[in-house]
Amino acid sequence: MSFIYLSMILMLAIFLGFELIRKVPATLHTPLMSGANAVSGITLIGAIAYSGNENLLLAQILGSVSVFLATINVVGGYMVTDRMLAMFKRK
Amino acid sequence: MLNTEFIINAVYVLSAALFILGLKLLSHPLTARRGNKLSAMGMLVAICVTLIDQNILAYEWILVAIVAGSAVGALIAKKVALTEMPEMVSLLNGVGGMASLLVALAMVEADSAIESYLLVIVLLAIAIGGITFSGSVIAWAKLSGKVAKLISSGSTVFAGQAVVNILIVIGIVILGILVVVYPQAANSAIYLYSFVTLCIVLGVMLVIPIGGADMPVVISLLNSYSGLAACAAGLAIDNNLLIVAGALVGASGIILTSVMCKAMNRSLTNVLFSGFQAVSTSEI
Repeated sequence: MSFIYLSMILMLAIFLGFELIRKVPATLHTPLMSGANAVSGITLIGAIAYSGNENLLLAQILGSVSVFLATINVVGGYMVTDRMLAMFKRK
Repeated sequence: MLNTEFIINAVYVLSAALFILGLKLLSHPLTARRGNKLSAMGMLVAICVTLIDQNILAYEWILVAIVAGSAVGALIAKKVALTEMPEMVSLLNGVGGMASLLVALAMVEADSAIESYLLVIVLLAIAIGGITFSGSVIAWAKLSGKVAKLISSGSTVFAGQAVVNILIVIGIVILGILVVVYPQAANSAIYLYSFVTLCIVLGVMLVIPIGGADMPVVISLLNSYSGLAACAAGLAIDNNLLIVAGALVGASGIILTSVMCKAMNRSLTNVLFSGFQAVSTSEI
Protein backbone atom coordinates (compact mmCIF):
# COMPACT_ATOMS: atom_id res chain seq x y z
CA MET A 1 0.00 0.00 0.00
CA SER A 2 1.43 3.35 -0.92
CA PHE A 3 2.10 6.02 1.63
CA ILE A 4 0.00 8.55 -0.29
CA TYR A 5 -2.98 6.22 -0.14
CA LEU A 6 -2.59 5.91 3.63
CA SER A 7 -2.34 9.70 3.93
CA MET A 8 -5.62 10.00 2.05
CA ILE A 9 -7.31 7.66 4.55
CA LEU A 10 -5.76 9.69 7.38
CA MET A 11 -7.09 12.98 6.04
CA LEU A 12 -10.64 11.64 5.54
CA ALA A 13 -10.69 10.10 9.03
CA ILE A 14 -9.59 13.39 10.60
CA PHE A 15 -12.40 15.32 8.90
CA LEU A 16 -14.88 12.65 9.91
CA GLY A 17 -13.73 12.82 13.54
CA PHE A 18 -14.24 16.59 13.54
CA GLU A 19 -17.74 16.31 12.09
CA LEU A 20 -18.89 13.56 14.46
CA ILE A 21 -18.12 15.44 17.67
CA ARG A 22 -19.16 18.97 16.68
CA LYS A 23 -22.24 19.27 18.88
CA VAL A 24 -22.00 17.17 22.00
CA PRO A 25 -23.87 18.08 25.21
CA ALA A 26 -21.71 18.85 28.28
CA THR A 27 -23.04 15.85 30.23
CA LEU A 28 -21.54 13.51 27.65
CA HIS A 29 -18.03 14.98 27.70
CA THR A 30 -16.51 12.45 30.10
CA PRO A 31 -18.22 9.32 28.67
CA LEU A 32 -17.31 10.38 25.14
CA MET A 33 -13.72 10.93 26.17
CA SER A 34 -13.69 7.53 27.82
CA GLY A 35 -15.29 5.79 24.83
CA ALA A 36 -12.85 7.42 22.40
CA ASN A 37 -10.03 6.40 24.71
CA ALA A 38 -11.12 2.77 24.47
CA VAL A 39 -11.02 3.04 20.66
CA SER A 40 -7.41 4.24 20.84
CA GLY A 41 -6.58 0.87 22.38
CA ILE A 42 -6.76 -0.36 18.76
CA THR A 43 -2.94 -0.38 18.97
CA LEU A 44 -3.64 -3.88 20.27
CA ILE A 45 -4.06 -5.27 16.77
CA GLY A 46 -0.68 -3.82 15.80
CA ALA A 47 0.94 -5.31 18.88
CA ILE A 48 -0.49 -8.79 18.21
CA ALA A 49 1.72 -9.23 15.14
CA TYR A 50 4.91 -8.67 17.18
CA SER A 51 3.73 -10.68 20.15
CA GLY A 52 3.16 -13.67 17.87
CA ASN A 53 6.49 -13.47 16.07
CA GLU A 54 9.03 -15.84 17.58
CA ASN A 55 11.95 -14.72 15.43
CA LEU A 56 13.12 -11.89 17.65
CA LEU A 57 12.82 -12.23 21.38
CA LEU A 58 13.13 -8.55 22.29
CA ALA A 59 10.44 -7.51 19.79
CA GLN A 60 8.24 -10.33 21.03
CA ILE A 61 8.59 -9.18 24.65
CA LEU A 62 7.85 -5.56 23.71
CA GLY A 63 4.89 -6.67 21.60
CA SER A 64 3.47 -8.88 24.34
CA VAL A 65 3.73 -6.17 27.01
CA SER A 66 2.05 -3.87 24.52
CA VAL A 67 -0.78 -6.38 23.96
CA PHE A 68 -1.22 -6.61 27.74
CA LEU A 69 -1.37 -2.83 28.23
CA ALA A 70 -3.60 -2.22 25.20
CA THR A 71 -6.04 -4.90 26.40
CA ILE A 72 -6.29 -3.14 29.77
CA ASN A 73 -7.02 0.06 27.85
CA VAL A 74 -9.67 -1.57 25.66
CA VAL A 75 -11.49 -3.70 28.24
CA GLY A 76 -11.23 -1.15 31.05
CA GLY A 77 -12.17 1.70 28.71
CA TYR A 78 -15.36 0.14 27.35
CA MET A 79 -16.50 -1.14 30.75
CA VAL A 80 -15.88 2.18 32.50
CA THR A 81 -17.77 4.00 29.74
CA ASP A 82 -20.67 1.58 30.03
CA ARG A 83 -20.83 2.08 33.79
CA MET A 84 -20.90 5.85 33.39
CA LEU A 85 -23.67 5.68 30.78
CA ALA A 86 -25.71 3.22 32.84
CA MET A 87 -25.67 5.74 35.69
CA PHE A 88 -26.94 8.38 33.30
CA LYS A 89 -30.05 6.51 32.29
CA ARG A 90 -31.44 6.13 35.79
CA LYS A 91 -31.38 9.89 36.41
CA MET B 1 -10.37 -18.14 -3.53
CA LEU B 2 -10.28 -15.59 -0.75
CA ASN B 3 -6.95 -15.09 0.91
CA THR B 4 -6.53 -14.21 4.59
CA GLU B 5 -5.21 -10.73 3.93
CA PHE B 6 -8.34 -9.87 1.96
CA ILE B 7 -10.61 -11.22 4.72
CA ILE B 8 -8.71 -9.33 7.41
CA ASN B 9 -8.93 -6.05 5.52
CA ALA B 10 -12.61 -6.56 4.71
CA VAL B 11 -13.39 -7.08 8.39
CA TYR B 12 -11.28 -4.00 9.21
CA VAL B 13 -13.60 -1.96 7.00
CA LEU B 14 -16.55 -3.29 8.99
CA SER B 15 -14.98 -2.45 12.33
CA ALA B 16 -13.98 1.03 11.13
CA ALA B 17 -17.67 1.54 10.23
CA LEU B 18 -18.69 0.32 13.70
CA PHE B 19 -16.24 2.76 15.35
CA ILE B 20 -17.60 5.66 13.31
CA LEU B 21 -21.22 4.74 14.02
CA GLY B 22 -20.36 4.16 17.69
CA LEU B 23 -18.79 7.61 18.06
CA LYS B 24 -21.78 9.20 16.34
CA LEU B 25 -24.25 7.50 18.69
CA LEU B 26 -22.04 8.28 21.70
CA SER B 27 -22.53 11.99 21.15
CA HIS B 28 -26.30 11.83 21.75
CA PRO B 29 -27.63 11.10 25.28
CA LEU B 30 -30.33 8.63 24.22
CA THR B 31 -28.16 6.45 22.04
CA ALA B 32 -24.86 6.78 23.89
CA ARG B 33 -24.87 3.38 25.56
CA ARG B 34 -25.72 1.60 22.33
CA GLY B 35 -22.92 3.53 20.62
CA ASN B 36 -20.41 2.34 23.16
CA LYS B 37 -21.51 -1.27 22.65
CA LEU B 38 -21.27 -0.96 18.86
CA SER B 39 -17.78 0.44 19.19
CA ALA B 40 -16.79 -2.41 21.53
CA MET B 41 -18.16 -4.88 18.99
CA GLY B 42 -16.03 -3.26 16.28
CA MET B 43 -12.99 -3.74 18.49
CA LEU B 44 -13.84 -7.37 19.18
CA VAL B 45 -14.18 -8.37 15.53
CA ALA B 46 -10.98 -6.49 14.69
CA ILE B 47 -9.03 -8.39 17.36
CA CYS B 48 -10.51 -11.77 16.38
CA VAL B 49 -9.78 -11.35 12.69
CA THR B 50 -6.24 -10.13 13.38
CA LEU B 51 -5.55 -13.46 15.09
CA ILE B 52 -5.94 -15.35 11.79
CA ASP B 53 -3.02 -13.41 10.28
CA GLN B 54 -0.57 -15.90 8.75
CA ASN B 55 2.45 -13.98 10.01
CA ILE B 56 1.57 -15.00 13.54
CA LEU B 57 3.64 -18.03 14.44
CA ALA B 58 2.87 -18.51 18.13
CA TYR B 59 -0.27 -17.80 20.09
CA GLU B 60 0.83 -18.53 23.67
CA TRP B 61 2.17 -15.07 24.47
CA ILE B 62 -0.70 -13.30 22.75
CA LEU B 63 -3.30 -15.28 24.65
CA VAL B 64 -1.57 -14.90 28.01
CA ALA B 65 -1.22 -11.13 27.46
CA ILE B 66 -4.85 -10.75 26.33
CA VAL B 67 -6.27 -12.81 29.19
CA ALA B 68 -4.13 -11.01 31.79
CA GLY B 69 -4.96 -7.59 30.29
CA SER B 70 -8.69 -8.34 30.19
CA ALA B 71 -8.66 -9.50 33.80
CA VAL B 72 -6.82 -6.39 35.01
CA GLY B 73 -8.98 -4.07 32.87
CA ALA B 74 -12.25 -5.65 34.02
CA LEU B 75 -11.17 -5.63 37.65
CA ILE B 76 -10.21 -1.95 37.52
CA ALA B 77 -13.44 -1.02 35.73
CA LYS B 78 -15.57 -2.86 38.29
CA LYS B 79 -13.71 -1.67 41.39
CA VAL B 80 -13.37 2.03 40.61
CA ALA B 81 -15.74 4.39 42.42
CA LEU B 82 -17.99 6.47 40.18
CA THR B 83 -16.49 9.67 41.57
CA GLU B 84 -13.04 8.53 40.44
CA MET B 85 -13.98 8.09 36.78
CA PRO B 86 -11.99 11.00 35.27
CA GLU B 87 -8.71 9.89 36.81
CA MET B 88 -9.43 6.29 35.79
CA VAL B 89 -9.93 7.40 32.17
CA SER B 90 -6.62 9.24 32.44
CA LEU B 91 -4.79 6.18 33.75
CA LEU B 92 -6.26 3.94 31.03
CA ASN B 93 -5.27 6.55 28.48
CA GLY B 94 -1.69 6.54 29.76
CA VAL B 95 -1.60 2.76 29.51
CA GLY B 96 -2.78 3.02 25.89
CA GLY B 97 -0.07 5.58 25.12
CA MET B 98 2.56 3.24 26.53
CA ALA B 99 1.16 0.42 24.38
CA SER B 100 1.65 2.55 21.24
CA LEU B 101 5.18 3.42 22.34
CA LEU B 102 6.04 -0.28 22.80
CA VAL B 103 4.59 -1.29 19.41
CA ALA B 104 6.77 1.34 17.75
CA LEU B 105 9.82 0.14 19.72
CA ALA B 106 9.05 -3.47 18.77
CA MET B 107 9.03 -2.39 15.13
CA VAL B 108 12.50 -0.83 15.42
CA GLU B 109 13.83 -3.89 17.23
CA ALA B 110 12.29 -6.35 14.78
CA ASP B 111 13.53 -4.67 11.60
CA SER B 112 17.03 -3.21 11.54
CA ALA B 113 16.73 -1.78 8.03
CA ILE B 114 13.74 0.54 8.17
CA GLU B 115 13.43 3.26 5.54
CA SER B 116 14.16 6.74 6.89
CA TYR B 117 10.69 8.16 6.33
CA LEU B 118 9.17 5.22 8.22
CA LEU B 119 11.67 5.67 11.02
CA VAL B 120 10.54 9.30 11.38
CA ILE B 121 6.95 8.11 11.79
CA VAL B 122 8.01 5.41 14.26
CA LEU B 123 9.82 8.05 16.33
CA LEU B 124 6.71 10.23 16.16
CA ALA B 125 4.64 7.34 17.54
CA ILE B 126 7.20 6.83 20.32
CA ALA B 127 7.26 10.55 21.17
CA ILE B 128 3.47 10.98 21.25
CA GLY B 129 3.01 7.68 23.09
CA GLY B 130 5.62 8.61 25.69
CA ILE B 131 4.18 12.08 26.31
CA THR B 132 0.67 10.58 26.56
CA PHE B 133 1.87 7.96 29.04
CA SER B 134 3.69 10.17 31.52
CA GLY B 135 1.31 13.12 31.10
CA SER B 136 -1.68 10.90 31.82
CA VAL B 137 -0.03 9.33 34.85
CA ILE B 138 0.71 12.80 36.26
CA ALA B 139 -2.89 13.87 35.51
CA TRP B 140 -4.10 10.75 37.35
CA ALA B 141 -1.83 11.51 40.32
CA LYS B 142 -3.06 15.10 40.49
CA LEU B 143 -6.74 14.16 40.38
CA SER B 144 -6.61 11.18 42.72
CA GLY B 145 -4.32 12.88 45.24
CA LYS B 146 -2.84 9.47 46.04
CA VAL B 147 0.74 10.66 45.70
CA ALA B 148 0.03 14.16 47.01
CA LYS B 149 3.42 14.36 48.70
CA LEU B 150 5.25 13.97 45.40
CA ILE B 151 2.91 15.71 43.00
CA SER B 152 0.71 18.53 44.23
CA SER B 153 -2.76 18.76 42.75
CA GLY B 154 -2.15 22.45 42.07
CA SER B 155 0.25 23.94 39.58
CA THR B 156 3.92 23.10 40.14
CA VAL B 157 6.23 25.67 38.62
CA PHE B 158 9.92 26.25 39.24
CA ALA B 159 12.31 28.94 38.04
CA GLY B 160 13.61 28.31 34.54
CA GLN B 161 11.04 25.62 33.81
CA ALA B 162 10.31 27.01 30.35
CA VAL B 163 14.04 26.93 29.53
CA VAL B 164 14.33 23.34 30.76
CA ASN B 165 11.34 22.35 28.61
CA ILE B 166 12.88 23.96 25.53
CA LEU B 167 16.17 22.15 26.20
CA ILE B 168 14.30 18.83 26.49
CA VAL B 169 12.54 19.45 23.17
CA ILE B 170 15.87 20.33 21.52
CA GLY B 171 17.39 17.15 22.99
CA ILE B 172 14.50 15.07 21.62
CA VAL B 173 14.88 16.56 18.15
CA ILE B 174 18.69 16.03 18.10
CA LEU B 175 18.40 12.42 19.32
CA GLY B 176 15.64 11.78 16.79
CA ILE B 177 17.81 13.09 13.95
CA LEU B 178 20.74 10.94 15.16
CA VAL B 179 18.53 7.82 15.17
CA VAL B 180 17.23 8.50 11.65
CA VAL B 181 20.56 9.53 10.09
CA TYR B 182 22.74 6.84 11.74
CA PRO B 183 20.40 3.85 12.21
CA GLN B 184 23.33 1.40 12.01
CA ALA B 185 25.65 3.23 14.40
CA ALA B 186 27.02 1.21 17.31
CA ASN B 187 25.34 3.44 19.87
CA SER B 188 22.06 3.90 17.97
CA ALA B 189 20.32 1.94 20.74
CA ILE B 190 21.58 4.50 23.27
CA TYR B 191 20.20 7.33 21.09
CA LEU B 192 16.88 5.52 20.75
CA TYR B 193 16.38 4.79 24.43
CA SER B 194 17.53 8.28 25.46
CA PHE B 195 14.93 9.56 23.01
CA VAL B 196 12.27 7.42 24.70
CA THR B 197 13.32 8.62 28.17
CA LEU B 198 13.33 12.30 27.20
CA CYS B 199 9.84 12.00 25.67
CA ILE B 200 8.54 10.51 28.91
CA VAL B 201 10.21 13.31 30.89
CA LEU B 202 8.63 15.89 28.57
CA GLY B 203 5.16 14.50 29.31
CA VAL B 204 5.76 15.05 33.03
CA MET B 205 7.08 18.57 32.47
CA LEU B 206 4.11 19.55 30.30
CA VAL B 207 1.47 18.52 32.83
CA ILE B 208 2.97 19.48 36.22
CA PRO B 209 2.42 23.25 35.74
CA ILE B 210 -1.31 22.75 35.10
CA GLY B 211 -3.69 23.07 38.07
CA GLY B 212 -5.89 20.17 39.14
CA ALA B 213 -9.16 21.88 38.18
CA ASP B 214 -8.03 22.04 34.56
CA MET B 215 -7.21 18.34 34.45
CA PRO B 216 -10.34 17.16 32.57
CA VAL B 217 -9.36 19.37 29.63
CA VAL B 218 -5.78 18.08 29.77
CA ILE B 219 -7.00 14.47 29.90
CA SER B 220 -9.14 15.10 26.84
CA LEU B 221 -6.10 16.54 25.04
CA LEU B 222 -3.93 13.58 26.08
CA ASN B 223 -6.69 11.26 24.90
CA SER B 224 -6.47 12.92 21.52
CA TYR B 225 -2.67 12.38 21.62
CA SER B 226 -3.08 8.67 22.31
CA GLY B 227 -5.24 8.46 19.18
CA LEU B 228 -2.53 10.23 17.20
CA ALA B 229 0.07 7.84 18.63
CA ALA B 230 -2.00 4.86 17.48
CA CYS B 231 -2.42 6.56 14.10
CA ALA B 232 1.35 7.09 13.73
CA ALA B 233 1.96 3.47 14.72
CA GLY B 234 -0.58 2.49 12.03
CA LEU B 235 1.23 4.51 9.35
CA ALA B 236 4.48 2.85 10.41
CA ILE B 237 3.25 -0.75 10.34
CA ASP B 238 0.99 -0.22 7.34
CA ASN B 239 -2.31 -1.00 9.06
CA ASN B 240 -5.24 1.05 7.81
CA LEU B 241 -7.61 0.28 10.69
CA LEU B 242 -5.05 1.69 13.14
CA ILE B 243 -4.84 4.81 10.98
CA VAL B 244 -8.60 5.30 10.73
CA ALA B 245 -9.38 4.58 14.39
CA GLY B 246 -6.39 6.59 15.62
CA ALA B 247 -7.24 9.58 13.45
CA LEU B 248 -10.89 9.45 14.55
CA VAL B 249 -9.86 9.55 18.20
CA GLY B 250 -7.23 12.19 17.52
CA ALA B 251 -9.59 14.52 15.67
CA SER B 252 -12.62 14.01 17.89
CA GLY B 253 -10.39 14.43 20.95
CA ILE B 254 -9.14 17.82 19.75
CA ILE B 255 -12.70 18.99 19.06
CA LEU B 256 -13.90 17.68 22.42
CA THR B 257 -11.02 19.51 24.13
CA SER B 258 -12.01 22.78 22.52
CA VAL B 259 -15.69 22.22 23.36
CA MET B 260 -14.72 21.61 27.00
CA CYS B 261 -12.57 24.77 27.04
CA LYS B 262 -15.48 26.80 25.68
CA ALA B 263 -17.77 25.36 28.36
CA MET B 264 -15.28 26.67 30.94
CA ASN B 265 -15.04 29.96 29.07
CA ARG B 266 -11.28 29.66 28.58
CA SER B 267 -8.88 29.11 25.74
CA LEU B 268 -6.70 26.04 25.39
CA THR B 269 -3.47 28.09 25.57
CA ASN B 270 -4.80 29.61 28.77
CA VAL B 271 -5.36 26.15 30.28
CA LEU B 272 -1.97 24.83 29.19
CA PHE B 273 0.22 27.78 30.09
CA SER B 274 -1.59 29.70 32.84
CA GLY B 275 0.81 28.16 35.40
CA PHE B 276 3.70 29.93 33.70
CA GLN B 277 1.84 33.23 33.50
CA ALA B 278 1.21 33.10 37.24
CA VAL B 279 4.96 32.86 37.80
CA SER B 280 5.86 35.72 35.51
CA THR B 281 3.30 38.06 37.10
CA SER B 282 4.38 37.22 40.65
CA GLU B 283 7.98 37.97 39.74
CA ILE B 284 7.00 41.42 38.51
